[in-house]
Amino acid sequence: MSDVVIRIEALAREYPLGGERVQALRGISLEIRRNEFVAIMGPSGSGKSTLMNLLGCLDTPTRGAYWLNGQEVSRLSDDALARVRNREIGFVFQTFNLLPRATALQNVELPLVYAGVPARERRARAVEALARVGLADRMHHRPNELSGGQRQRVAIARALVNRPSLLLADEPTGNLDSTTSDEIMRVFGELHAQGQTVVVVTHEASIAAHAARVVVLRDGRLETDRRAGQAAA
Amino acid sequence: MSLLEAVRMALGAIRAQKLKSFFSLIGVLIGVTFLVAVVSVIQGMNVYMEDKFANALVGHNTFKLRQRPDFVGGEVSEEVWREWLRRPRISYADADFVTARITRPVLVSKYCRDRMAITHGSRVAKDIELAGVEDTYFRIRDIELASGRAFTPQEVRSAQPVLVLGSLVAEKLFEGRDPVGKEVRVAGLPYRVIGVAKPRGTLFGLSMDKFALMPYTAPARRYICPINILDEVVYKAANTADLRVAMGEAEAAMRARRQLKPGQDNNFTIETSEAFLDFWGRISRVLFLALPLLVGISLVVGGIVIMNIMLMAVTERTREIGIRKALGARRRDVMAQFVVEAATLATFGAALGIGLGIGLAFLVKAATPLPAAVAPWSLVVAVGLGMIVGVAAGSYPAYRAARLDPIAALRAE
Repeated sequence: MSDVVIRIEALAREYPLGGERVQALRGISLEIRRNEFVAIMGPSGSGKSTLMNLLGCLDTPTRGAYWLNGQEVSRLSDDALARVRNREIGFVFQTFNLLPRATALQNVELPLVYAGVPARERRARAVEALARVGLADRMHHRPNELSGGQRQRVAIARALVNRPSLLLADEPTGNLDSTTSDEIMRVFGELHAQGQTVVVVTHEASIAAHAARVVVLRDGRLETDRRAGQAAA
Repeated sequence: MSLLEAVRMALGAIRAQKLKSFFSLIGVLIGVTFLVAVVSVIQGMNVYMEDKFANALVGHNTFKLRQRPDFVGGEVSEEVWREWLRRPRISYADADFVTARITRPVLVSKYCRDRMAITHGSRVAKDIELAGVEDTYFRIRDIELASGRAFTPQEVRSAQPVLVLGSLVAEKLFEGRDPVGKEVRVAGLPYRVIGVAKPRGTLFGLSMDKFALMPYTAPARRYICPINILDEVVYKAANTADLRVAMGEAEAAMRARRQLKPGQDNNFTIETSEAFLDFWGRISRVLFLALPLLVGISLVVGGIVIMNIMLMAVTERTREIGIRKALGARRRDVMAQFVVEAATLATFGAALGIGLGIGLAFLVKAATPLPAAVAPWSLVVAVGLGMIVGVAAGSYPAYRAARLDPIAALRAE
């Protein structure tokens, strides 16, 4: 397998909006290698959410190409994309997006359900993932019985449970206080240290500071792409 | 995603919203309740008809030779009725001729009846079904005696004025005192009561105990039937096979005696309990025809309710669908989830309906003389229909859910 997890070339996305076409992304090229920790930054309207949706295979580009682990995914069908999301991508959302009626354990098991993993193995792997984020003692709690930080840890466990090649976080600390935010970012740091490829979309510089590489978007274009210790390119 | 997984999810969703789930399955519940209850009652009626109605009126393995049908279910045209009245009546000689030509062992009784008044002193029992029969009649109709005895062949031969009373008649004339040995009058003629029959109960609320039996030869016979004329000859065979043969022989003998040519219709009637059952069969067929219509309407309504609830559920749970899709649920997974949820709901409705229907059937059984008999096939049909309704009603909402765009769905509140 190649060392490049994400390769996008001249990626563009347009939306129809009241008879006009809004250019959310105007052609972005980017390469992210295995075990990188990348923050994608930009003010609102810069196109970072659009890029995040495309990277997460939730959306397909209007133009351009996207290889995920060497597989061209920009022209896949809905169901094929669902499969890619299931196997290759772990999502962490700003609003956690846990199923409110399910326990932490059931939430973490969910990607494995769609991967067709048998129930016993599913449970074992979900328990292991929860232990990895330090929530082994909260497995049977429902989301509303957990704090914001704990909820986000459950979401991270869920993102990790299917061993994705890419952990994709969208404003993961947006709903958390600064102490909890630091905690969550430390979890990302640890996962990165264990070899996980992590991409975090954020508009906060303090959050981006945890990443080893910061990509800044503006008006649908790539403005800067800077590695830690480098001056702005 | 396996079916088991989908069912587990559906149970979770239903459990989370018990009240709403219950309301959504009411339509199916009513439809199935109706199906099970009505089928049970009809089945019960069938049993009742066979056991009680037909056999109480005609008897097991019994047939009657008559001038015209005694029991007519449905309309009879003027023309047919006239033809019946033109037929020659059954004479004593006809009866003896036919009886002599039956090779199977049968019990035979000549039979004649009319409604008469019976008096004892100043007491009068009006409108009593007085029948002139032979001694064998008690065995043919299983008439058991509460006191006294039946009449003997000798009493029949010597035309003794003796009488066996139905329990209601005895009560009316003697009010608890033993009528045996007492004198009563029929059309002014003196009769001695020699026995009282055990109560035979009611049929559709009508008493079967307002009767009296006397030898067909006894003096009052001229008030019941013209001399030498019978209303019917009753034959009882030991089993159905003998019954069939005896009926065939009786018909052949009668045709020969009446000198009917081949192709000419019988100018007499051989009647069995099947005539009653045929009539009941026609009624129950009508009920069975109306049943699917009524059940169908409730199930369609039930299906529409479930479809609406599921459409609502899809809207309410858009975010959940978005989450599931983001985590890798394919269209068919989402589709399966909602179809199975609807089918599970409907099946629950069907199961509750079965319970309620059986309950209703037993209520009918307790409140009326009808023995409700639950038909197993109706339960299978009920569950099957429930599932079909669920799948049909769930398909469109599920399709809508499956086609949701994950990004838009995730953004939903």
